[in-house]
Amino acid sequence: MSAIAADKGMSAITYTRRKWTNTIMLGLCSLSAFLAIGILALILGLIVVKGIHYINLDFFTKPPRPVGESGGGVSNAIVGSLLIVGVAALIGIPFGVGTGVFLAETAGPRMAGVVRFTADVLTGVPSIVVGILVYSWIVLRMGHFSAFAAAIALAIIMVPIMARSSEEMLKLVPQSQREAALALGVTRWRTILSIVIPAARRGLITGGLLAIARAAGETAPLLFTSLGNLFPTVDFFGKPMAALPVDIYQYATGPYQSQHEQAFAAAFVLVAVVFFISLVSRLLLSRQG
Amino acid sequence: MAMMTEFEFKPPAIEVPDNTNEPQGAGACPVSESEAWEEGMVIRNLSAWYGSFQAIRDVNLLVGPRRVTAVIGPSGCGKSTLIRCLNRMHEVTPRARASGHVYLRSTDIYGNGADPVLVRRRVGMVFQKPNPFPTMSVFDNVAAGLRLNSLFSRRNHLADIVEQGLRRAALWDEVKDKLNRPATELSGGQQQRLCIARALAIEPEVILMDEPCSALDPVSTLKIEDLMHDLSTTYAIVIVTHNMQQAARVADCTAVMMMAEDRAGEMIEFSATSEVFTNPKDKRTEDYITGRFG
Repeated sequence: MSAIAADKGMSAITYTRRKWTNTIMLGLCSLSAFLAIGILALILGLIVVKGIHYINLDFFTKPPRPVGESGGGVSNAIVGSLLIVGVAALIGIPFGVGTGVFLAETAGPRMAGVVRFTADVLTGVPSIVVGILVYSWIVLRMGHFSAFAAAIALAIIMVPIMARSSEEMLKLVPQSQREAALALGVTRWRTILSIVIPAARRGLITGGLLAIARAAGETAPLLFTSLGNLFPTVDFFGKPMAALPVDIYQYATGPYQSQHEQAFAAAFVLVAVVFFISLVSRLLLSRQG
Repeated sequence: MAMMTEFEFKPPAIEVPDNTNEPQGAGACPVSESEAWEEGMVIRNLSAWYGSFQAIRDVNLLVGPRRVTAVIGPSGCGKSTLIRCLNRMHEVTPRARASGHVYLRSTDIYGNGADPVLVRRRVGMVFQKPNPFPTMSVFDNVAAGLRLNSLFSRRNHLADIVEQGLRRAALWDEVKDKLNRPATELSGGQQQRLCIARALAIEPEVILMDEPCSALDPVSTLKIEDLMHDLSTTYAIVIVTHNMQQAARVADCTAVMMMAEDRAGEMIEFSATSEVFTNPKDKRTEDYITGRFG
């Protein structure tokens, strides 16, 4: 070893120092990675251990019992979350993809820079601020809390995420594909719609799923908009509506042991759903191409 | 390059096939002006830029119908830029622009109101790397131009056009049993012929080929060259190549491009292929084809 080092005109001390620096620094990097994974494992472990006991059929099918009584479920919050996130996705994803198409396909470099920067800033805006915005826009104007307001808030959160991820996915489509279509006398729009978007479809679906996963876990914007509701409702525009993250927040801060149990069970369900969505999107992405 | 002359390197002479006795369509060269005006392309003072860099300057060229016109020249001399100007694909590149006139059957495709989309339906293009649509089947690839332009009426009709396109691209026998398989399952040479079939399906008047064989093996190259020969009985074909032997084998007319001092490409010679290779008028052509540079 050191014979080779000497051959290269390197002293034995230098050689040893470099070797150790290399080992230590790489070791530190591995340690950081394990810390990050460890924290995730801790969170998941805690939620599974504390939450899984209280998962039963009632939990999914029954609305909450009166405060203080044990039993009951969060069926209203599950329905509420599905409705709110579903409508948010229907509004947010098309706008997001549209912005992504603009960024990747049609915008000039300067305009794209401005829009990209704006989208990045919007991604970084704390979600509670989005909640306040929608509160003043919709809730105050309508005069009451509603699932509709919550869906708008989540859609606003989804748009920039979707825009940036779809831009990246569309950019992965080789230029030769666009040129092939354009050279056949196909218009830009038809080329994007029939060639570029289908070629990037897995990536776009993945981006959509990740945006949905992100929105499903948002709590702060819902506090100002859908508020939460102990009773089942599907009145999308007229009444406050329960949602899983808000339930978790309210139950976890409640005084009763039964509420804490429900909070952990709801957290477990929420994490399981988000985890499942992420997993599906990873699988889709790994099969891209 | 300088080394070559120092060692008195003598490259093998390029053989020009003696096909003067062969029936050659209307392959005579030079093309008469009137023929190019009526059925081919006339290129007048064509210049093209990428941003502020001028890639080609004042190119004049006649593309005759029913023959193969080759554009040769060293790397970076603007061959591809030139051919991409002939169906207005050049401007697809950001900050690229062109000036001058390209007349397709007497209509200026750079004239006021000329729609690049319509130009490209009349002037088909085959690219350097085979680029079939990976999400589509063999059939759908050939049908793509018609479908995306909504140029077909009935399904049967479409099937006919696809078969015809594949036959003319000499690919039908190889793929007739796998029309519904993904296009990406075909070999590289087959994919390139599929791209030719795709271009033929929209019934272009001129076919541009930008180094169509540079990504292919010799056998596939030969097939494409045979195909070009067959297609030249019907179409005007323009091929860019930096393989001089290929130009000698397939082209009726050959244009030679060369970089000027400012790296802008200029056309220095244009005449019958045998003339270019055996009796070049320009000293630079002679240097280039004898391998002194490029």
